[in-house]
Amino acid sequence: MNSKPVSTESYTPPRVLEGSHSYKTITEKISSIVLTKHQPVAWIVTTAIGFVFVNILGVSVSYLLLKGIGIWGNNIPVGWAFDIINFVWWIGIGHAGTLISAILLLLRQDWRTSINRFAEAMTLFAVACAAMFPLIHTGRPWLAAYWLFPYPNSMSLWPQFRSPLIWDVFAVSTYGSVSLLFWYVGLVPDLATFRDRAKNRVAQYLYGALALGWRGSARHWQRYETAYLLLAGMSTPLVLSVHTIVSFDFSVGILPGWHATIFPPYFVAGAIYAGFAMVLTLAIPLRRLYGLQDFITMRHLENMAKVTLVTGLMVVYGYAMEAFFAWYSANAFETFMIVNRTTGPYAWAYWMLIVCNGLVPQVLWKKSIRTNTIWLFFVALIVSVGMWLERFVIIVTSLHRDFVPSSWGMYYPTIWDFSTFFGTIGLFVTLMFLFIRVLPMISIFEMRTLVPEAKVKGAEGH
Amino acid sequence: MDFSAVRSRLAGADGRFYWRSLGELADTNEFREYLHREFPEQASEWNDPKGRRQFLKLMSASLALAGVGACTKQPPEAIVPYVRQPEDIVPGRPLFFASAIPLAGYAQPVLVESHMGRPTKIEGNPDHPASLGATDAITQAAVLGLYDPDRAQTTTFRTEVTAWNTFLSAMQSALAAQKATQGEGIRFLTEPITSPSLAELMASVLQDFPRARWHQYDPMSRSGVAATVDTEPVYQFDKADVVLGLDADFLCCGPGALRYTRDFTNRRRVTDDNKSMNRLYAVESTPTLTGAKADHRLPLKASEIEPFARALAGAAGVTASGTAEAGRAWTADEQKWIAAVAKDLGAHRGRSVVVAGEYQPPAVHALARSLNEALGNVGTTVRYVPAVYTRPTDQTASIADLARAMDAGDVQLLVIMGVNPVFTAPSNLRFAEKLAKVGLAVYHGLYTDETANLCHWNIAATHPLETWGDPRAYDGTVTIMQPLVAPLYEGRSEHELICAFTQQPGRRTGDLVKEYWTRAFSGQSGWTIRTSDGQTFPSADAFWRRAVHDGFIPGTALTDGGQATPFKPGPPPSAPAAVTPVPVADPPADVAARPPQAVPPATQPQPPSAPSISGTSSGNLEIIFRPDPTVWDGRFANNGWLQELPKPLTKLTWDTAAWISRRLAAQHGLRNGDVVELRYRGSVAAMPVMIVPGQPESSVTVFFGYGRSMAGRVGNASEVSARFNAFLLRTSDAPWFGSGLEIVKTGERYLLASTQEHHAMEGRNTVRVATLAEYSEHPDIIHGMGHTPPRTMTLYPEHEFTSHKWGMTIDLTSCMGCSACVAACTAENNIPVVGKEQVSKGREMLWLRVDSYFSTGTAEELEHLANPQMYSQPVPCMQCELAPCEVVCPVAATAHSSEGLNDMVYNRCVGTRYCSNNCPYKVRRFNFMLYADWTTQSLEALRNPDVTVRSRGVMEKCTYCVQRINQARVDAKREDRAIRDGEIVTACQAVCPADAIVFGDLNDPESRVAKLRAQQRNYGLLEDLNTRPRTTFLAALRNPNPELEAPAQRTTTGH
Repeated sequence: MNSKPVSTESYTPPRVLEGSHSYKTITEKISSIVLTKHQPVAWIVTTAIGFVFVNILGVSVSYLLLKGIGIWGNNIPVGWAFDIINFVWWIGIGHAGTLISAILLLLRQDWRTSINRFAEAMTLFAVACAAMFPLIHTGRPWLAAYWLFPYPNSMSLWPQFRSPLIWDVFAVSTYGSVSLLFWYVGLVPDLATFRDRAKNRVAQYLYGALALGWRGSARHWQRYETAYLLLAGMSTPLVLSVHTIVSFDFSVGILPGWHATIFPPYFVAGAIYAGFAMVLTLAIPLRRLYGLQDFITMRHLENMAKVTLVTGLMVVYGYAMEAFFAWYSANAFETFMIVNRTTGPYAWAYWMLIVCNGLVPQVLWKKSIRTNTIWLFFVALIVSVGMWLERFVIIVTSLHRDFVPSSWGMYYPTIWDFSTFFGTIGLFVTLMFLFIRVLPMISIFEMRTLVPEAKVKGAEGH
Repeated sequence: MDFSAVRSRLAGADGRFYWRSLGELADTNEFREYLHREFPEQASEWNDPKGRRQFLKLMSASLALAGVGACTKQPPEAIVPYVRQPEDIVPGRPLFFASAIPLAGYAQPVLVESHMGRPTKIEGNPDHPASLGATDAITQAAVLGLYDPDRAQTTTFRTEVTAWNTFLSAMQSALAAQKATQGEGIRFLTEPITSPSLAELMASVLQDFPRARWHQYDPMSRSGVAATVDTEPVYQFDKADVVLGLDADFLCCGPGALRYTRDFTNRRRVTDDNKSMNRLYAVESTPTLTGAKADHRLPLKASEIEPFARALAGAAGVTASGTAEAGRAWTADEQKWIAAVAKDLGAHRGRSVVVAGEYQPPAVHALARSLNEALGNVGTTVRYVPAVYTRPTDQTASIADLARAMDAGDVQLLVIMGVNPVFTAPSNLRFAEKLAKVGLAVYHGLYTDETANLCHWNIAATHPLETWGDPRAYDGTVTIMQPLVAPLYEGRSEHELICAFTQQPGRRTGDLVKEYWTRAFSGQSGWTIRTSDGQTFPSADAFWRRAVHDGFIPGTALTDGGQATPFKPGPPPSAPAAVTPVPVADPPADVAARPPQAVPPATQPQPPSAPSISGTSSGNLEIIFRPDPTVWDGRFANNGWLQELPKPLTKLTWDTAAWISRRLAAQHGLRNGDVVELRYRGSVAAMPVMIVPGQPESSVTVFFGYGRSMAGRVGNASEVSARFNAFLLRTSDAPWFGSGLEIVKTGERYLLASTQEHHAMEGRNTVRVATLAEYSEHPDIIHGMGHTPPRTMTLYPEHEFTSHKWGMTIDLTSCMGCSACVAACTAENNIPVVGKEQVSKGREMLWLRVDSYFSTGTAEELEHLANPQMYSQPVPCMQCELAPCEVVCPVAATAHSSEGLNDMVYNRCVGTRYCSNNCPYKVRRFNFMLYADWTTQSLEALRNPDVTVRSRGVMEKCTYCVQRINQARVDAKREDRAIRDGEIVTACQAVCPADAIVFGDLNDPESRVAKLRAQQRNYGLLEDLNTRPRTTFLAALRNPNPELEAPAQRTTTGH
């Protein structure tokens, strides 16, 4: 960060906490969002819309279970389509939370403090949306629900451990549980604050139970810090492993467009890219809605924009390498894969992807755009679209024309493909807004470490 | 109602009087009236105390009778199993019975697999000269036809269910009324007949009613061959080195196609030791599988075939009398073609053959015959024998004659048997309108179809698997049909129907056929009965048992000196009546020995014999009519297997399309699926178009069989597709082609569900092709087109195959793409029918597909090819030794067996579809929905009990017919021996007329498959991917004439 020579006199880093806040004002500001009977109209409207889509998801999944995968557009040769696209997309989005919480914590990036909580929540809900797809995309989910786990059974049958889908099961479930634990442990001191501040009897009991008897003693803090650091250490490799393993779903296959060594780093970069874009997409409106400009400052937004820009460039490098490999391998199938991506029937998807992920984010080089919330919001949205298209290109465009020309086909999504996809977005939004309603979306006690008083005890922070 | 009359009737009936339903018993008018009275009439009886008692009595009587009726039994008829005696019935072990499935009178000899009395699968009869074990796709689908729930089920009169006996008595009274005029008003309309016993019945009827007329009509009749000529050619391609087809699709269509294919491909089985093959030149008016197989193919308009043949005859030095039609001047290329072919034919005197197309006019046949005679081929590669049909007639004239008589009100009794003229008669005859003028119309058919709907009496026909019969094969071999199952419904055979008009109605089919051949055994009817090695049978019974067991009577082939089907009445029933026999002109016995004929003068298109052809044609296109390769003339429209069987070349399912050339498409701005209006001689039909490479530029080919309104639930056309009916355009003067067609783009689009969209190979050497010369010079040329990775290139430990190592080879030089293997696979493996919508989404379930490629290059290159080479490639599962599918399945539902099969464990499959994504051959099929029909009861009996019926959400695929492997394993183990080579025959292999598919144990170096795999032209599809496929292909070799095709500089594309 300090690579370019900056004169210390002239450079004052943008603050991560604006305004003149004390411990008291921070606690009051954040807890007032939850501990109130009144919610902004925007919250009610958004949650209601989200809930409508939750119901659409319910109908879609019920109909799916009733009729079978055939209600979607999947076919032979395109065995996977929206189902796995959505899975990878959501898993990718779920990467930012842990990255912000764990890696930035270990790197002592204090600007993470105000965004880590809801980024982690976002991770959890995205993983929940993602985890649904590997299950419902199977032909017989009632069996897939447990046959993919290595449970003891009378037939002595194990899962087939060479299959990346089994690795997926372990990777995603590990990631999901560690993320949940990490999030919950981080919540405990704040839950205790809520327990103490809540007026409602039921809320007091509930927060009290969840706070696990936190009293804020030094011993508690000492144990807490140790546990949190340990979890951060455990989460860090997961950030890299989950999407690496998800990328194995493709790179282990022999299909041109899938079978490439670039996939793990390229997928991880893409995941962080998508994750940060989603954090931006959520943070910008929430910050405005709840008047949190002091806590989520322009510096936060700018930093996230920078991460988005950098990971976006990595992703573009991945696209370039795919094309380079295709040419350099001199393999007719690989070459055709790129020709088909760029000029075939789904070329529109590829070029839209290049625009969304390659061209549009380059505006972030400009500081005035990085600090303009409207611009940032739309760039982040476009990146989310682009990342969805990236998975469409990788999955559908590679599958629809593979080795034997006679088997080439086309894929057209049906209304049920869309309803399931938008249903998961509805689920995500609903869960996110319920979270905002009942839990502190910004870590109170960590924010308090940012006020000037906190610095008195020592230069190293906490 | 006189209930006592019913009782007395029951009491009076002797033990032989069986009645199978209420309708049959209800033989009195009162009873019938009661049955069919509407409710209000019965209601009136409630008010009258006496009437009510009567009503209740009747009610109980009818209930009781209904109960008795349920106990219907079929009279016992002895049938003889082919392989084992009936006492050998072991549950779970099928029996095989020889029989035949006739099409248009010609027998397709078969062995029918019967599981506990249920016919489930059809194989060819390996001993029969017309089959040699093969069948075509249509015959494969006959079992589904048997169990079709939409079949006509009983006898009806004006849609009221009635009894067969009622019909018999009604006919006797109708006949009695005709007695005075000697049957002046009686007309029969049937398909041409080859069955000697049926011919005899028909002759008997015509003897009794000398002025009755018998019309024959097969809409797909090979008009050029047999209609007006009393002889027909029987080819022996196994003796021919050079074959010229004049618009002849002899490998695909026609009664002898199976045998012809086998003989033809046997002459092109190139091995490392024998690098010679025959050469086929095809001149054709529309792309066919035969043309696809040709070493040289020349697309011409159908009307140019005759001038072409004439030009060729001139070049070959055959003197042509008469003036040639003023054909167009031949281009330089065509002249070169003519000269080269004439030279090649001349160089192979006695070892060449010229084959005229079945749909070409007689003049072309005469020219072909003259050429064959001049080339000394008659007697070696072709023999001209009397027609197999009894009393061959000009069928188009025959039905036109009938239509005229119907219109004039001369027809009091019309019996239609096995023909659906309302749908299939030439459109200018307006058959449906005229049918209304017939006094009494009787229809006999498998379905309540368009014609049945307009006839008074409907008699449900028996399916060929339900009845006896003795149709003849293409070469005249009498083929014995035996019933595999008692009629599922109240069907009646053709014999029983015609018998109803004789003096002894009510005789049973089995008795009729057996009695005929018993008499024939004693020397009547002109037959000489000998065993296959020329011995005499000890008794008529021994002869009959042998004939039923073998499925045919040896020595009855016309080529073996058998007689033409006689048309002589049977012996009179009792006192011989002195009726003058109908003068029947027997065809000359030895037509083959006639002196060579001079070439007849060119025939002008005959002036329309039918009365009304209104309107003039302004178009300048030529229309070509062809039977549909799967639903034929529409009679198989209700057969889901055939509807879903991708049609050769286009791979279209469920619909028909007009074939147009790229050039014509460009002129009219047409894409595949655009609906055009076809205007031809005042008639209008519509059809979606398909651009077919190799189609002559100004010809449009349309196929019969679609647009049916009363085919059944599967085959009925929608409102839109009802117009896609080629019969609307067919006139009686030009049954197979004509000029004056105009096409008009309508702007409508129609969804065509094709299983293959991309017909260019994109330079991928999917089918490896070389010419014979190249291959002889560089035998490694085939291997050079790919790259086999070293065996060390795998992470996982090698499988060890210590016992068996199953493998398959498919010879692409032999395969001509008929798709019978696909139909056989469907029948053997309980493969569900998914319907057009699912096919259009790419979800067909066929485990085995036949890919067709028009070009080895890219799609863009194909655009510019007017006459591309065409290749067919059957693709079953490759059973890879390093299977990509197995590695990625998370639940081990697809696993490698110890014998190298890539097994699919349906019960374990959860349906992630990853295996299919990772399968480079895309041979896996997924049950996206519940495709298996679990509700239609009659289809339950159809299923192969050895194969699991798959449910929703499960992946499935070819397993090399693992059920047959296991069966052989059990047999071998029980007999304490090893499995013999050739003992296991997969369903696709068994059916293949080209013998292109060979299966066996690769661990046995002496096995046929191991030897074929060692051939230099053996290659694995995509073997570069290190999948080590167990199914390998033998490269497609072509044998072009060096005078016409200079050896190309070949650049091998592999690395």
